[in-house]
Amino acid sequence: MEVIKITGTDDTPNVILDTGKGVFEFSGRSLPEDVISFYGPVLQSIEEYIQSPKEKTEINIKLDYFNTASSKVILDILIYFETIAKQGKEVVVHWYYQEEDEDMEEAGEEYAEIVDVKFKMHTY
Amino acid sequence: MEKVDYMKLVYQFHKDMLANKFTLVYEGEITHQITKAFTSLTENKMDSYSEDASMKRKVFHVMVECLQNLSKHAEDYKVLNGKGYSGEGIFIIGRTGDCNEDYHILTGNIIQTAKVPEMEAFLKRINQLDKNGLKELFKKQMREGSLTEKGGAGLGLIDIARKTGSKLEYSFIRIDETNSFYTLRTKIIRNQHI
Repeated sequence: MEVIKITGTDDTPNVILDTGKGVFEFSGRSLPEDVISFYGPVLQSIEEYIQSPKEKTEINIKLDYFNTASSKVILDILIYFETIAKQGKEVVVHWYYQEEDEDMEEAGEEYAEIVDVKFKMHTY
Repeated sequence: MEKVDYMKLVYQFHKDMLANKFTLVYEGEITHQITKAFTSLTENKMDSYSEDASMKRKVFHVMVECLQNLSKHAEDYKVLNGKGYSGEGIFIIGRTGDCNEDYHILTGNIIQTAKVPEMEAFLKRINQLDKNGLKELFKKQMREGSLTEKGGAGLGLIDIARKTGSKLEYSFIRIDETNSFYTLRTKIIRNQHI
């Protein structure tokens, strides 16, 4: 399977979708002009991945800023992965936040409350 | 017709901005490019006097949400090249507080008078909630809401209230039967205990 890499800009994140390894990464800033057109293809790839997922899936989220429209999409992404966790696959979300960034820490904790997936919190 | 003395008017605008401690005033089309330009302008300015990271993040966050609300929810919006939206409105950022230590962001845009009651009820609801109530409302809206075609998630105002810990100040001024002018003031208070 091919690896999809999207290089980030000042308003869109770096995205790596390595469906062969089961590793997914989002980093940088997310406030795209059109959240639907940016994340649409990403969601589609993830939707395809969860049809035949790896035994272990790792999601790394290291965003230093995302707007509220992106926060909704991040939840949609996590819900996809929750589906395979419920099927007994191992899914871990690594949530990175800057040490003094309480809002980002709290955002991670909230996602962990909403979706039934294992979260590991890390500072950077 | 009375002749406008533009030279005096410019000076008056200048004085009004200083007197009100407005650092940026803009009236017109709010696009994504403008959102990016204003946020980076403000960030650079805050860097120039070493504003602390937490205040910078909060101001940035509130600015983005306010500007996106204007570009997406203003009544008078346009679709740009089939992608992205621009709405018309006024956007102001200024300093406030006894020693100018705080910030406030003011916006204004036209909304349909028919939509005022719903909007007002939503703002009232947000203002009645405490920290935990806002958190629950945010989570509920994130779970149950869906993105509009304009990419709105209905989360912006809830998030602003959460991040700033201040009540939202707003008003609706009736222009005529069809249109009203909606103003919003958001305060970002230093050392606010949220």
